[in-house]
Amino acid sequence: MTRLTRRSVLKATAAGVLAGILPAAVRAQGADGGSMNIIAFPEPPTLFIGLDQNGSTQTVAGKIYESLLTFDFDFNPQPGLATSWEMSEDGLVYTFNLVQNATWHDGTPFTAHDVVFTCRDFLMEVHPRARVIFGNCETIEALDDHTVRFTLKQPFGPFLMGFEMSTAPMIPAHLYEGTDYRTNPNNDTPVGTGPFKLAEWSRGQFIRLERNPDYHGEGQPHLEELVFPILPDAGARAVALEQGQVQQSQFFDIELFDVPRLAELPHLDLISRGYEFYAPVARIEFNNRVAPFDDVRFRKAVNYALDRQLFADAIFFGLGVPATGPISKRTRFYSDDVTTYDYNLEQAEALLDEMGLTPDGDGVRTTVSFLRLPWGETWARFAEMVQQQLGQIGIRVEIEPSDPASWTQRYANWDFQMTSNYPYQFGDPALGVARFFISSNIRQGVAYSNCTGYSNPQVDALFEKSAHGVTDEERQAAYTEVQQILTDEVPMAWLVEVDFPTLLDTRYEDVIVSAIGTNETYRKAKLAAE
Amino acid sequence: MTRLVLSVLLRLAKAVGVVLAIVLLNFVLIRLAPGDPASVMAGQAGAADEQFMAQLRAQFGLDKPLPAQAWSYVSGVLQGDLGFSYRQGMPVSELILDRLPATLLLTGTAFAIALIGGVLMGMVAGLNAGRALDFIVSVVSLLFYATPLFWVGLMSILLFSVYLDWLPAFGMTQVGARFTGWEYVVDVARHLVLPATTLGLFYMAVYARMTRASILEVRDMDYVRTARAMGLPRRRMVRSHILRNALLPIITLAGIQAGQLVGGAILTETVFGWPGIGRLAFDALLQRDYQVLLGVFFVTSIMVVVFNMITDLLYRLVDPRIGAAA
Repeated sequence: MTRLTRRSVLKATAAGVLAGILPAAVRAQGADGGSMNIIAFPEPPTLFIGLDQNGSTQTVAGKIYESLLTFDFDFNPQPGLATSWEMSEDGLVYTFNLVQNATWHDGTPFTAHDVVFTCRDFLMEVHPRARVIFGNCETIEALDDHTVRFTLKQPFGPFLMGFEMSTAPMIPAHLYEGTDYRTNPNNDTPVGTGPFKLAEWSRGQFIRLERNPDYHGEGQPHLEELVFPILPDAGARAVALEQGQVQQSQFFDIELFDVPRLAELPHLDLISRGYEFYAPVARIEFNNRVAPFDDVRFRKAVNYALDRQLFADAIFFGLGVPATGPISKRTRFYSDDVTTYDYNLEQAEALLDEMGLTPDGDGVRTTVSFLRLPWGETWARFAEMVQQQLGQIGIRVEIEPSDPASWTQRYANWDFQMTSNYPYQFGDPALGVARFFISSNIRQGVAYSNCTGYSNPQVDALFEKSAHGVTDEERQAAYTEVQQILTDEVPMAWLVEVDFPTLLDTRYEDVIVSAIGTNETYRKAKLAAE
Repeated sequence: MTRLVLSVLLRLAKAVGVVLAIVLLNFVLIRLAPGDPASVMAGQAGAADEQFMAQLRAQFGLDKPLPAQAWSYVSGVLQGDLGFSYRQGMPVSELILDRLPATLLLTGTAFAIALIGGVLMGMVAGLNAGRALDFIVSVVSLLFYATPLFWVGLMSILLFSVYLDWLPAFGMTQVGARFTGWEYVVDVARHLVLPATTLGLFYMAVYARMTRASILEVRDMDYVRTARAMGLPRRRMVRSHILRNALLPIITLAGIQAGQLVGGAILTETVFGWPGIGRLAFDALLQRDYQVLLGVFFVTSIMVVVFNMITDLLYRLVDPRIGAAA
């Protein structure tokens, strides 16, 4: 018995030693050079961003792949692989001039043909969000090697937003054209144009990216390497940050109750900018098909019974503010001219009384179920808070636990009464908000469609009109009206506009520079000169 | 000796049947869980449409009827092909082999710690029964026995990593460092201390208690009294008369634990970020990565069968009275 154990231990150690023989890195000192360790959680299934837009995939692959544009904190487009762009006055023709000296990581030049292939063929085949954008195109053509022209069938307000990295990452045509994208062997060895290249991926342990010496950005990137340790346990992630073994966490990597403590450490900064493109509103979705949620009075009662400030303070630890409607004020086209629901238990109970839902001997008016969102501790607490608050007005809430697969399955198939959710808004209501409310998007079996079953022809028309508006003024008018209708009919309860926390080592600068924050290329990120 | 070979062969044949049945049962059980890999990927991407779901399901082979899927999986396994993880873009066998060394290193070390530490503690307690030393060992082992693993893990991180800063808290190697040779071995060993000890403590307590009880039983046997009356040196009496006979139940238990070497460390691997097979299985379960999960089950069940056989053989070595018929 002992002999066998010793042998297997030796074998294991030998295998480990072999894996450890790696090229030694040159470490430059000073402003240029240096490395950064960034938490990756969960482990990305793949780094081929074209086929997978998982959160952690974006964080890592966002350094390998690039898109034509990125956006500053106010959503002004900034150059990426495009150096300049213009829109015709009727909003139908967009022309992009591309970077001249960009190459793929295998040395092949990046040209307009790659853009045409990506937007016309690749994304339309595999990417659900990109289909919504490039489906508006009549033609996509290369005018020369470094100029691309998109001609639209009708104006589409958020068109430029579609050129963000996770929506339209540029895919190398010379490796993918004419192949079966999903089984292409290059999917395992990502080839992008970005400032960092994949150097090593030790599954279950870490992903290491190294500087791309041929990057098109002059003198960029500054950092020599990026390492992404895979840390499955929330406690270990907090310890790693606290001890300085990693220098950055993003989104909900750190459980929110740990954030205030870590933010006070002298070597860490708490940054909440850089999530404008996502700007989720934490909300409760009601299944509007089933009683009692089919009655607007019940939905309003629930809205009145939830103390939004308490949710922001106790569940999100101040990392967010009370929401007033479906659109976050961190994104575009928000309006505060809407029906609001201040915490008011009397009003809530009056509405329930009016419905004839009276308390029984135990003070219970009705019992409903709440499908708990499976993405971490925050949502478990969120569910318990809903349970506790609705209990005050006699609505008994039974919490149903779930894991990612079962939650998505039940949500997509309308098999729920209430659930929480915080989908990203993607910089424009036409991309991130309309999908949850328009009747044409009621599609059973598809998660993140209109799963509540809410339907209002007027809302449909307004969303349609605003999506195809050309100027921001006409779009704002339509969106303000939509927000007024939605907050009056409350197919959901919008609770908190979430500010994700980025915890970042104070020695780094120019790290969070755009609306996609930690998913940015990090071409500018560097160690501050000491 | 031919009888021995025959009995081993017979057991092997039985084992093949058992493993096949396990494979089929696992296949059915996994499919009873709601949701599929396509829905997980849609859920994580935060966006989906019908075409996306259909493409994923076709890619994963989930668009075929269940019996056809089961048949293609089982026939693949029979040919030594554990399938392909479309989620991770790698053959399952490669994924498992990639993670197996880390798990074996962790569980093997924990096993050694548990066995050696436990038997030693049990001996000390058993041979000093009723004295202060026995009391101390008993209390300590009861404490290890009753404390949940993840709590021990977290507390040891707090103590040894956060406060004392003696040992690394997570991972198998230092983040970003690229050690080679001896430095690498030391680095892995330092990372191994906390998870292996955490994992080993529970079984150490079990071995200690069992050894103690077993020694107490054996040391009053007639033959021990005879040996003592013959004036045998205490050391020799303990080794060849007491310990050897007290060992049988410990071997049984060690056999059971050894069978779980592959699958039994999910919690420890998660808390300590150890890149082993337990975490591979846990992630695969959450992601409904059926082929990977089935592959891990398959490897684990083979381990259990193999270690059961080894245990049986060991019985015969330790106790010649047990024949091949057993």
